[in-house]
Amino acid sequence: MSDTLFHLFAVLTVACALGVVLNKNAVASALCLLVCLTGIAGLFVLLDAFLLAVLTVFVYAGAVVALFLFIIMLLDMQGGNRKPFTKSSIVAGAAAAGLLCTGLYSFLVRGHIESPVLATTKVGGSSLRAYAELLFTTYLLPVQIVGFLLLIAMLGVIVLSKKFENLEDIK
Amino acid sequence: MDFSLYFDLPLWFRLVLQGTIVILVLFPLAAACSMAERKISAWIQGRPGPNRTIPPFLAWIPGINIIRNLGLFQLAADGGKFTFKEDPVPGNVNKFYFILAPILSMIPALSTISFVPFGAYFTTLADGTKHLVPIMLARTDLGLLAVFAVSSLGVYSLILAGWASNSKYPFLGGVRASAQLISYELSMTLSILPVFLWVNAPGGEGTLSLFDVVQTQSQPGFLGGMWYIFLMPVSAFVFLVALFAETNRQPFDMPESESDLVGGFHTEYGAFKWSLFFVAEYAHMIVGSGIFCLLFLGGWNPLPWVSLGSFINLAAGVLPCVASPLFMGVIGITFFLLKVGFFIFFFMWVRWTLPRFRYDQVMNLGWKKLLPISIANLIFYAVAIAVKDLCFPNL
Repeated sequence: MSDTLFHLFAVLTVACALGVVLNKNAVASALCLLVCLTGIAGLFVLLDAFLLAVLTVFVYAGAVVALFLFIIMLLDMQGGNRKPFTKSSIVAGAAAAGLLCTGLYSFLVRGHIESPVLATTKVGGSSLRAYAELLFTTYLLPVQIVGFLLLIAMLGVIVLSKKFENLEDIK
Repeated sequence: MDFSLYFDLPLWFRLVLQGTIVILVLFPLAAACSMAERKISAWIQGRPGPNRTIPPFLAWIPGINIIRNLGLFQLAADGGKFTFKEDPVPGNVNKFYFILAPILSMIPALSTISFVPFGAYFTTLADGTKHLVPIMLARTDLGLLAVFAVSSLGVYSLILAGWASNSKYPFLGGVRASAQLISYELSMTLSILPVFLWVNAPGGEGTLSLFDVVQTQSQPGFLGGMWYIFLMPVSAFVFLVALFAETNRQPFDMPESESDLVGGFHTEYGAFKWSLFFVAEYAHMIVGSGIFCLLFLGGWNPLPWVSLGSFINLAAGVLPCVASPLFMGVIGITFFLLKVGFFIFFFMWVRWTLPRFRYDQVMNLGWKKLLPISIANLIFYAVAIAVKDLCFPNL
């Protein structure tokens, strides 16, 4: 049963990921991304990582893609014509694809997981606590750094988008 | 009573059956809300409301006027009209997404209910102790987070409907919907964090389950039996306001906003497709009211400081049959539905009392008022709970 479901979600995820890239219509692309993220959440559920699944749906599918759609609709993007490939972009693209394939191949051949991954521990009662405790102890520094980066990004957006009328006032 | 025949069925069949039954209750309930809305709006405005419709072949039955005056036949007529009338698709719409949108609106509306407990009953364990079991479809520790996750997908039907309609007013409705729903999701999530800070006392199991929230409101003692609306009134207020915005109810129905957007995101829709949006809105309202009752109004507990368990024990002294799990479940669901019913009335009461906000007012309220209030509220309760645990650990 879970094998069938895995194949179902995996195919769905990959197909929709392709749809994101290949669609000419920006809104359709965003919707493909939505289904793709939902498929990933389904894969998380199959791994018993319920918290990750729910957070993926809540944050990415629920909020981030909605913001994408908001921006797409606000700017009224029509998709339009793509720029044709130039020689350098073909070379760069091929190199990137080759590197990705090599990476995937070496991961498949040599990769092995030493210990049970945190993500696969069941979120039943106390392990919701385990997540929180790890976030506040082992992974405190990364969390703080990511938070700081997000803060900087937010400030950057405010500075870039806000029209400062009296620059003298700020100084 | 013997239910072994039912429990012999395969698990998947039972689950499908349970889900179908819940939807079969929720869907007509959501449709019935439209009639309640008409009657309540009429009552608030001093009109009789729909009271004329009756099929001629039923008119001879004595006493049927009561049903006619309640407008129940009007409800049936509405349902029939939505189902059978012609359902035109305007020529310039993006057909696939245009048809997908109303279908998509039903999915989150009907699936959030699976994480909501609506009652509880005692089972006797093997060692003779009694154990309270919730009546719900999917019992998970992530309860509320799952509800929020699924219901946050509801915005896509509005965005899609607005975009696929390919005309100006629906488009504006869709843009408004996406901005508004994200804005209020923040204060909604932050406003209920104090509740879970309180529920997950230090040393306890970490949980986001709605059943456990109700359980902590049914403890003995002054603080134990207190409903959280008394303990955290600000949280309850912010959550309620955000709930109005999330369900697109007036005074927050910016995506629809008849007076400036004609009909907003569903301007181009008619007949059955339109009624699906309508039913989804009411289903969201029912589930939202249910979550408010579970978080702040003690769920299925009849009164503050009176838990369902103690009520049943009291009532079993008079009527012993009440103590059976079946009766207890029915009584719990009844109390829960009464509270939900009151909140649906409250939604309608507000709708027919307050004027609609302007869009900039909605954004100001969400970002500049509710969000700071809910953050301040969270910090206050975090400090207060820490102080309480340090100084009065036995309270």
